[in-house]
Amino acid sequence: MSTSKLASTMKNASLPSVEKDSVIALRDVWKIYDTGEIRVEAMKNVSLKIAQGEFVAIMGASGSGKSTMLNILGCLDHPTRGIYLLDDVDVSTFSASDRADIRNQKIGFIFQTFNLLSRTSVWENVEAPMLYSDIAKVERTERIQEALRIVGLSEKAKALPNQLSGGQQQRVAAARALVNRPAILLADEPTGNLDSSTSDEIMSFLQKLNHEKGITLIMVTHENDVAAYASRRIQMRDGKIINDEIITPNVVSN
Amino acid sequence: MNYWMILKISLKALRRNKIRSALTMLGIIIGVAAVIAMVSLGKGAQQQVQEELSAMGDNTVWVRAGSRRSWGIRSATGTRNTLKGSDFEAMLRECPAIKAVSPSAGSVAQVVFGNQNWNTRIEGYNEQYPQLRNWEMAQGQFYDVSHVKSASRVAVLGNTVWKELFSGSDPIGQTIRIKNLSFQVIGVFKAKGYNSWGRDQDDTILVPYTTVQKKFLGGVLSVQSGIVQAVSARATYAAEKQIRSLLRQRHRLGPFQDDDFSVRNLSEIAEAAEATSRIMSYLLAGIAAISLLVGGIGIMNIMLVAVSERTREIGIRMAIGARPNHVRIQFLAESIALCTMGGIIGLLIGLGTSYGIAQFLGWSTIVSLDSIILSIVFSAGIGIFFGYYPAHKAAGLDPIEALRYE
Repeated sequence: MSTSKLASTMKNASLPSVEKDSVIALRDVWKIYDTGEIRVEAMKNVSLKIAQGEFVAIMGASGSGKSTMLNILGCLDHPTRGIYLLDDVDVSTFSASDRADIRNQKIGFIFQTFNLLSRTSVWENVEAPMLYSDIAKVERTERIQEALRIVGLSEKAKALPNQLSGGQQQRVAAARALVNRPAILLADEPTGNLDSSTSDEIMSFLQKLNHEKGITLIMVTHENDVAAYASRRIQMRDGKIINDEIITPNVVSN
Repeated sequence: MNYWMILKISLKALRRNKIRSALTMLGIIIGVAAVIAMVSLGKGAQQQVQEELSAMGDNTVWVRAGSRRSWGIRSATGTRNTLKGSDFEAMLRECPAIKAVSPSAGSVAQVVFGNQNWNTRIEGYNEQYPQLRNWEMAQGQFYDVSHVKSASRVAVLGNTVWKELFSGSDPIGQTIRIKNLSFQVIGVFKAKGYNSWGRDQDDTILVPYTTVQKKFLGGVLSVQSGIVQAVSARATYAAEKQIRSLLRQRHRLGPFQDDDFSVRNLSEIAEAAEATSRIMSYLLAGIAAISLLVGGIGIMNIMLVAVSERTREIGIRMAIGARPNHVRIQFLAESIALCTMGGIIGLLIGLGTSYGIAQFLGWSTIVSLDSIILSIVFSAGIGIFFGYYPAHKAAGLDPIEALRYE
């Protein structure tokens, strides 16, 4: 993503969502797993638009296709049929290598199990995505410092992940997701491994990130009180979207 | 893409598992160390043999009395009285490919000087012997043709004999007794050391061969053998042919009679030595190849373990933007680093071993630059060859499954 585009993302953050371009557009997307014996249709003809700056919660029971949806949106997988436009680029036919570049440049991941590199310092964990793009050391240092400041862990830069609490680890993961200034942030059950108070803390943090920085946030969860932080809720069942509604976030961080 | 950073990641992963890395390297270390030590030893031995052969002169031909076969009966060469001093004089006169000759007649005797005595070889040659053997004098001079003609009782001492009998004092003009006959010492050879068969070349006394014939062998006119020097190394073969036809003619041998003498040259011996060392080096190369192969398989094994252990890490790296090729390079860099480090450590151990052998056993060793470069390049090559499959496997992982891996 070009720097000017990034800058405009930041600038437009305060505009109402209806006037923004869609950052994600799925058109008639199918995902079929065919092992020869079993044929699973994980996504059936799904179409979806997500605008810049939205905070979307994708909900559904296990097997509903929400994880498949997240994998496709995160360019970890490609659709069997259909078109996926990310930032107006059709990424549905990209090679593994090109998808890696897209993930590196435009997508930040936050996982349920944090997925930090073990025995690797917080600083190096946050630095990791930038090693796969051409960013000079001076700029890397600046960006790491900025990301750690945003998540409030500047003083933990030298710590190892196992020396941190679950909430702190998830914030390191958020810093890592933000450091390459992605177009979207994907969170897969971000509070699944956290207790309820830490869970609230992380959700407030993500909501604040969405409100103040205008970062597009897509989150998969099966918990209603976690989904309540979002401004749009999509429900899936049997590979289809069965409900898509704008909701008023009932918890607003301050 | 920052390849330097990827290399750093690889090295860090190796440092994290120090013991495992060290054990994995062991195969390569031992292989390379063995190669370096063996090659330097082999080259040292080869050069020593070559130096000795050229010290004797690679244009030297030996002529011995008797043949391997005569009248169907095998007899040891040198046992028949068929060669005479005059045969050698004729060779020098009539064979154009020959530069110098000396008949040889020898004995072993007790030597006495004052209250010292020593048992040594008494070797009889003519005045051309120093030229034939490339042997220089340390003191005095060698006997000349008149001493040979008159069978004078003059002696030239090898360095060891001089040290034993004279304890380092000036021997020139002194009289020693050999088998109760007095001889005047007229010269001492420079030290030559041991030959490759372990014989002390300096433990000898040189006297005119005619003197040996007359005083020690009861006045025989025959000699057991002699040395002939061709005008050049290339002329050795021609010299042999000329000697053969001359001697057959002089000994009046008919066309169906076997030679009653034998002719051998150093290039035959050199060829035999070379063939031996060539077989040795093939053998060493084989051992080296096997040990490096085993080391390489060890590397592949550990890299496969590392890939499956670090599946989660691979998944994370892929999720945050590592291309399959980045993963491949990371793991390939690890195995190349393992092998190259193993190669360097093995090289140092091999150098140390060959230095130790040279120092404590006194064997000569030669470390050649090309064997150093070859072993490093070769071990890096093993890293690529045996590291490729695990690295390729890592690169081919599906990020979704890798992330789910427990």
